Amino acid sequence: MQKTFDIPRELMTEEELLQPGMLSCQGCGASLAMKLALKGLGERTVVVIPACCWTIINGVYPYSALQVPVIHVPFETAAVSASGVRAALDARGEKDVVVMAWAGDGGTFDIGIQSLSGAAERNDDILYVCYDNEAYMNTGIQRSSATPVGAWTTTTPAGSIKEEPKKDIEEIMLAHHIPYMATASVAYPDDMYMKFKKVRHITGTKFIHLLSPCPPGWRIDPSKSVQITRMATQAKVFPIYEVRRWRFSKKRGRLEESWKYTINIYPDRELSVKEYMKAQGRFQQITEEMLHDVQERVDRKWDELIRKADGRPLTPNE
Amino acid sequence: MKQVIKGNIAVSHGVKLCRVKVISAYPITPQTTIVEELSEMCASGELDAKFIKVESEHSAMAGVVGSSSAGVRSFTATSSQGLLLMHEVLHWAAGARLPIVLANVNRAVGPGWNIWADQTDSLSQRDTGLIQIYCESNQEVLDSVIMSYKLAEKVSLPVMLTYDAFFLSHTSEIVDIPEIEQADEFLPPYNPEFRIDINNPRSFGGMIGPDYYFEERYVMHKDALEALEYYQQVCKDFKEIFGREYDICEEYRTGDAEVIVVAAGTITSVTRIAVDRLREEGKKVGLMKLRIFRPVPVERWRKVLGNAAKVVVMDRNLTAGLGGVFASEIQAALYPIENKPMVYPVIAGLGGRDVTPDDVEGIINYALSNDEPTDVPLFWGLKE
Ligand SMILES: Cc1ncc(C[n+]2csc(CCOP(=O)(O)OP(=O)(O)O)c2C)c(N)n1
Ligand code: SF4
Ligand SMILES: [Mg+2]
Repeated sequence: MQKTFDIPRELMTEEELLQPGMLSCQGCGASLAMKLALKGLGERTVVVIPACCWTIINGVYPYSALQVPVIHVPFETAAVSASGVRAALDARGEKDVVVMAWAGDGGTFDIGIQSLSGAAERNDDILYVCYDNEAYMNTGIQRSSATPVGAWTTTTPAGSIKEEPKKDIEEIMLAHHIPYMATASVAYPDDMYMKFKKVRHITGTKFIHLLSPCPPGWRIDPSKSVQITRMATQAKVFPIYEVRRWRFSKKRGRLEESWKYTINIYPDRELSVKEYMKAQGRFQQITEEMLHDVQERVDRKWDELIRKADGRPLTPNE
Repeated sequence: MKQVIKGNIAVSHGVKLCRVKVISAYPITPQTTIVEELSEMCASGELDAKFIKVESEHSAMAGVVGSSSAGVRSFTATSSQGLLLMHEVLHWAAGARLPIVLANVNRAVGPGWNIWADQTDSLSQRDTGLIQIYCESNQEVLDSVIMSYKLAEKVSLPVMLTYDAFFLSHTSEIVDIPEIEQADEFLPPYNPEFRIDINNPRSFGGMIGPDYYFEERYVMHKDALEALEYYQQVCKDFKEIFGREYDICEEYRTGDAEVIVVAAGTITSVTRIAVDRLREEGKKVGLMKLRIFRPVPVERWRKVLGNAAKVVVMDRNLTAGLGGVFASEIQAALYPIENKPMVYPVIAGLGGRDVTPDDVEGIINYALSNDEPTDVPLFWGLKE
């Protein structure tokens, strides 16, 4: 039988930092992702949450589902609020505590991109996680600049579905010279866990982009959310990779700025964009032409990615 | 130690004396030299603070919301457009009960671009929950920074101290800079009961329903009122250590005054001169200088103004369609009084237009010679 995951023991045995009582919908990727992220990070973590579904998920006063300190902040301020917490913890000598901004795609790609850009340019020592469910879900499924071509939302209704491609947030973040950028998803929990474990030891701005399934927003069955998220990677719509900045130059004997791309997941089966999209209610209006364009874009990006990852495709067993 | 310094430098000295740990600010004329001076202090090690060089005022305020939530003394400064950009986060800081101190240089709001003195910027933030303190001199600016932290940390509310563009921000005056030992004695290290604490995880500022929100805001209101009481204690303690006297508001020759001028900021200095001149002519006039404007010291205003026949309110600010903010609030405060004074609302000096002692004399004479105001408000010095 083909081995799908290598789930680390800790994933199943360690204490849960996300407790029962949290308020997400069934099949929500955002809550599952938080659970995995905190497993990787551990309890010495502060979570900074701007307006998004997680505002609700964490519970209503006086309850809090997370067993780590949480601060809720205005919608567009996740990154800089985290920078502020970081500065204060540094002043208090608590340098080992990780400050994690945890924002949706709206809070990241759109309204929060200014403060995120500021924090990344300053290389503030924070972890910024965008759980990307590809629309404003909290306010009832409106388009964001992370909404993909062909998707229905309440502001891109039938008859005027989204035509503009999704912003390339990975490249935007890499253009800030940050030390670490990765993508991950709940469909590959082992990979995700390892990444959150790793970033604890990287100083500077770390950015993790999570594809985060949302059953009501994607018009999918809650029981299928992990499976469909995996299909996104199998269709190469959402490649799972990471990029480290700086590399040791043997020639000059010092660290030099360069980017090391690693593709972490080579899908066990390959799917077309169409297969991925047609599995979801939100893409039912997509045209053949759009599908064709998206497929081309996806193929081109994947080729680029392979080239960047040292110019050779790795085999799944490597 | 006495030095001749500008208002912005006075602020920086105040921040240093308070041993602020996190600063996050963004430059805007005429606040810029505060940012520059504090950057220098942080770079040289003179001030052991982390300066977050943010990309906007919105982020400046959000940054100190983050740092203050983690229990560290935090400071920011801005002016005009910058303060307006902060608006959302000002409400947030107050609602989160964070004792941040913000120095605002009062500057006109665009369009068109006008960098000169005008109090519309800070007054347009009067509903945010920040305590507001108006300063008249560079000494008062420095002292107010120190007193503001004491007040803010006691009542868990942010304080905005504010002073006029250029008339103070860029004008040099003699300022007695206190010793750090004095400041330490006055202001103990900040150690809040609640903060982001890794050993005591809590959630701050999350969802709160109708069941609790109402009471939570009531408590905030009560605490704001308590700030008024406590401010008097702060002033007393301050006098003991530093020797200088401050109060909720300042009364100047008001005892037997028939006409009292109400003013805030640098207009109070010229008003004092005008009052003296008119007193020499035997006219019974006085001045009430506004200092703390949020919370509103209603009782005190009533006490000071209640026996006057006429009250002239000088507003270097404008709410189009209403008039001056100070006048409207003074009128509201005086409303329940029997035989209340006649109020003469005056708009003067918008956008940095000079207001001289002659102007104030003219305004007082206008009030003296009219049984009631001819125009509400009177735009003093309006060109035809
Ligand atoms: C300044 C401001 N504008 C608008 C809102 C309303 N609002 C709250 S959450 C949200 C959308 C969040 O979308 P996203 O960041 O993608 O998170 P999701 O809800 O999808 O988890 C909006 C528009 C707000 N809280 N603040
Ligand atoms: S709307 Fe979507 S993202 Fe929000 S809680 Fe429900 S499933 Fe999760
Ligand atoms: Mg979203």
